[in-house]
Formats: sequence, C-alpha cells, structure tokens
Amino acid sequence: MSSAEMEKVNVDAKLSINKFYVDEENAHIVLKEDVDMNEYRQLMVACPAGIYKLNKNGEVFFDYAGCLECGTCRILCGQTILAKWEFPRGTFGVEYRYG
Amino acid sequence: MADEAFDAIIVGGGIAGTVAAYLLAKEGLEVLLIERGNYPGSKNMTGGRLYSHSLEKIMPGFAEEAPIERKITRERVYMMTEDSAAGLDFYSGRLGVRGQDSYSVLRAPFDQWLGEKAESAGANIVSGICVENLIFNDGQVGGVVAGEDEITSKVVILADGINSLLAQKIGMREEFKPHQMAVGVKELWELPASVIEDRFGCSENEGAACMFAGSPSDSRIGGGFLYTNKESISLGVVATLSDLGEKTVPQLMEDFHNHPAIAPLLKGAQLIEYSGHLVPEGGFDMMPKIVGNGVLVVGDGAGLCINLGYAIRGMDFAVASAECAAKAVIDAQQTDDFSAAGLQNYLKYMEKSFVLPDMKLYRQFPHFLEGTPRIFGAYPNMAVDMLTDMFVMDGQPARPLMKKMMPHVKKIGIWNLIKDGWKGMKSI
Ligand SMILES: Cc1cc2nc3c(=O)[nH]c(=O)nc-3n(C[C@H](O)[C@H](O)[C@H](O)COP(=O)(O)OP(=O)(O)OC[C@H]3O[C@@H](n4cnc5c(N)ncnc54)[C@H](O)[C@@H]3O)c2cc1C
Ligand code: SF4
Repeated sequence: MSSAEMEKVNVDAKLSINKFYVDEENAHIVLKEDVDMNEYRQLMVACPAGIYKLNKNGEVFFDYAGCLECGTCRILCGQTILAKWEFPRGTFGVEYRYG
Repeated sequence: MADEAFDAIIVGGGIAGTVAAYLLAKEGLEVLLIERGNYPGSKNMTGGRLYSHSLEKIMPGFAEEAPIERKITRERVYMMTEDSAAGLDFYSGRLGVRGQDSYSVLRAPFDQWLGEKAESAGANIVSGICVENLIFNDGQVGGVVAGEDEITSKVVILADGINSLLAQKIGMREEFKPHQMAVGVKELWELPASVIEDRFGCSENEGAACMFAGSPSDSRIGGGFLYTNKESISLGVVATLSDLGEKTVPQLMEDFHNHPAIAPLLKGAQLIEYSGHLVPEGGFDMMPKIVGNGVLVVGDGAGLCINLGYAIRGMDFAVASAECAAKAVIDAQQTDDFSAAGLQNYLKYMEKSFVLPDMKLYRQFPHFLEGTPRIFGAYPNMAVDMLTDMFVMDGQPARPLMKKMMPHVKKIGIWNLIKDGWKGMKSI
C-alpha cells in the first residue's frame, strides 16, 4: 500500500467548503425502516459525499444535509432501501459556485 | 386550445435547456425556462471541456464573450498505477483552430451566461422552482406543475438532466441501470494563473486536458481527469456504478490527488469546491424515448453522452440536441401539431446532425470496456513495468530490449493483446 493510500479521507471537511441551503423541514432522501445492510454498504462505497455512514454502534447513520444530489444512491438502491428520493425543494440543497 | 400561457416550457437550466430557450426565443416564441437551483448552472458540474463545434454554429465566436476558462491546446493521456504514471503528451496549435477548438469550462458561470443570452433573446427564466409534474390533456403534455401552480404550454422540453425524474414519471424511460451509469466526483483547486501555466507548460489563456486510466478508479472501469482552468484545476474521478470495489468513491478522489504524479501539480493549491454528478455511459443502447405527445427530451436526460476514456463528450451533444429540438418545435408551430407525430422532426434532425450518427458509431464501445477489464488494470501495469525496465539503469548486466519487454507482454498474453486491440479498434 502506498503512503498516499493510508490517508483516510475526511469528506466532511471538503463538503464544508461548499455552499448548501439545507431544507430543515423536508428530507429529500429517506431510508426505509429496515435497511438491508448489503444494500447499504453499496451506498457507503458509492456516495461521493460519503454521507451513508455507520455510527459507533455500527448502526445506519444518514444525514441528507451534505447531499450533492447526484442520484447515485437512487440508481443503486432506489428500488430497495430508499423510501424516497426527490430533488430538494426549489432553492434548497447544494449550490455550486463553480461547478 | 389557443390559450396556453407559453409556446414552450423548458425544464432545466443546464446547457441543453438554456440553448433551447435561446433558439426558440430568437425565433419569436414565448418561452419559459424553469430551473430548480437559484440560477442556471447552480446544480451542474462537468469535467470539463466543451468541444466548441456545436455551440459555435449557434453563437459564432462565443468563446470571445463567454466565461470560458482556457483553450485546450495540450492533450495528455496516462496509464497510472499506484506509484507511477506513463503518459503521452500531445501539444498542437491545430487543437485550437476555430471550429475544432475546445475549452475548459466551469458550469456555474458558463450556464449563467447562456441563461443571460436566452433572456436577452426574449426568453423568461424562473429560477428556484422545481417542476414536480407535467399537465396532461387527452394524453398530450400541455404544461408543468410546480407546487400550487400549473402553467400551460403547447410543448414541454425536458432538459432536466441525467436524473430526469419527469421523463420517468410520464413513462418515457425506465430507470437507468448501474452498468450504464458512472459516478463522477471532482475537486476544484485554486492556483494563480501563472503557476498553472508554468506547471503545465501552457501559454496564457491556453491549457491542458489530462485523462488517466488505471489506479484512479482502483483498476476498475472508470478513470481520472484533470483540466486546467484560468485560476484553478479541475481534478476528478469517474467510476462505473456496477464495477465499484471496496474503496469508497471519496477515497478514490483523495488517493488520486495524493498520487505522487499529481500532488506536485497541486502544491500550494487550495480546495474551493467539491462536487458530484452522474455520467450516462451506456451510449446508444441506453437512449430512452425522446419524442412524446407534447414533449421532447434533450441532453443528458436522453442519455446523450460518450465516454471514450481519452475524451468525454456530453456538452456538445446537449447543445446539438437542443438545437434539433428547437427546430422541431418551430416546425410543429407551422402546422400547430405538437403531438408526437407533429414533433417527429426532432428525430430527423438528430439523425442528420452528428448526434445520432456518433451515438451509433460508438455503440459497441461501452460493451467493449465492460468486457475488457485489462484496460484498467493489467495494461497500466504492463506499461509502467516496461518503461521501468527501459529507463532504470541499476548496474545489472544489460539485456536486449526485446528480452526485457517480452515477459511483460507474456504476463497478459500476446493473444489477449491482439484480441483487445482488435476489439477496441473496431468499437471506435
Ligand atoms: C464528472 C463529469 C465529467 C464530464 N466531462 C465532460 C467533458 O469533459 N466534456 C463534455 O462535453 N461533457 C462532459 N460531461 C458530461 C456533461 O457534463 C453533460 O453531458 C452535460 O452537462 C449535460 O447537460 P444537460 O443540460 O443535459 O444537463 P444538466 O447540466 O444536468 O442540466 C439539467 C438541469 O435541469 C435542472 N432540473 C432538473 N430537474 C428539474 C426540475 N424538476 N425542475 C427544474 N429544474 C430541474 C437541474 O437543476 C439542471 O440545472 C461530464 C460529466 C461529468 C459528471
Ligand atoms: S444523491 Fe448522491 S450525494 Fe446525495 S446521498 Fe445519494 S449518492 Fe450521496
């Protein structure tokens, strides 16, 4: 393993540079109650924002606030563990200053 | 029904939507463009390099006025392993000749500029509204629904991008499959213009496009890219959703920018944005229905994108499909028939332009990539091993070059090399 690989990424720090208008009243992505962990692990790998996480007890921990609205999780798990995937309401969500 | 509020409503203020709005407004149609972000471009990300040809046709000389970043006159392609990079560097003034030139772009400023062009041609743009549904009258789309509001039009153009929830809602397409889609992640690194010009050997206002196969996507289907902007560098990774391994996508990105061949290029740079977006990669075979009663689909939503590894094209297709759609709407206006039959010219124009012919030409390419994993693992390793043997002088008794090279070739198998080469050539 190269030295580069050992540096574990801190995505939250990168997301904090972005501009977000978080819609506190309305979650645009909602997980189903009973989450199949095999499906969930796919999203832990694929989500570019790294917001499909596990908490200290190894339980599902997901917060839509840092979502980049790419749609990856919808393609992979829209039919399985997502109860809802919509765009945030108009004006809300990520706002790219450069893009 | 002569009392629609607009001739055309366009959903989505990306490249496709703003160009369609511009063209229709220029012809005197009453046009409304609705964008869910706070301005056109606010939700959009690309690699990005815009091949200018299709926009040049619509707005001759646009690059002099538009907020483009740099004219690309340097192409680099690399095979990359975890600690090495073997590349090809092509500089040519010919890359910059008008009509065949290409530009690095950042979408927030670029799409806003296109939006302003559309507005000054007479289009109405409303930002910050997400269209939730389409109005249907007797099986024909006749406008859009957003919150409490219903706005009517003779035709709706869906320029709502890769996720096109609306095209799905009205049954024009099924959900795209993971093997047809890649996730793209990008970091934007700020650096002074002069430093970029020094590091990449570029003149003022000119720049480089670099593509990487191998370790950036963890030797799986995908790759890395780097584009020089005026005062920043776009660095990113694309990875096909059906071929992700253990390493997370954010970690792929982190490892790529820490790669010993990349890190020095970013020395002293500051991260100013982190973005993610899907890339349609399935080619012609993933194209959905693009003409319906009272509705057309353009750009990414129509699956119009080709990733050849050494070049990604989506924006020039977005522009050209918007032009074809605008022409078809103008034709339909003559006969006042906006049914699918009345809008059929969209397909004819797409067939006559480069869009459908190119999509068809490269039809086999996505299948070739899927069926040839060696491109992303074994070949980069072979290239790096061969070059290492060629350039390393360590005082061991020398061997003829051929003898040095053959073991690396044999590792993959001569037959495999010939087969992959042949299949690859046939698919592009
Ligand atoms: C990582 C990456 C690298 C790429 N590199 C290149 C490259 O180098 N060169 C190239 O040519 N192409 C490249 N592409 C492809 C290119 O970016 C796309 O093909 C192009 O952006 C498509 O433009 P579009 O207008 O169709 O869609 P988009 O730019 O996605 O625009 C869609 C718009 O619709 C809006 N919208 C969606 N739904 C609604 C709704 N319901 N209501 C209101 N608004 C809505 C969105 O907010 C958005 O503004 C790349 C793509 C990626 C992801
Ligand atoms: S849409 Fe993209 S960024 Fe948002 S949660 Fe899903 S995968 Fe992550």
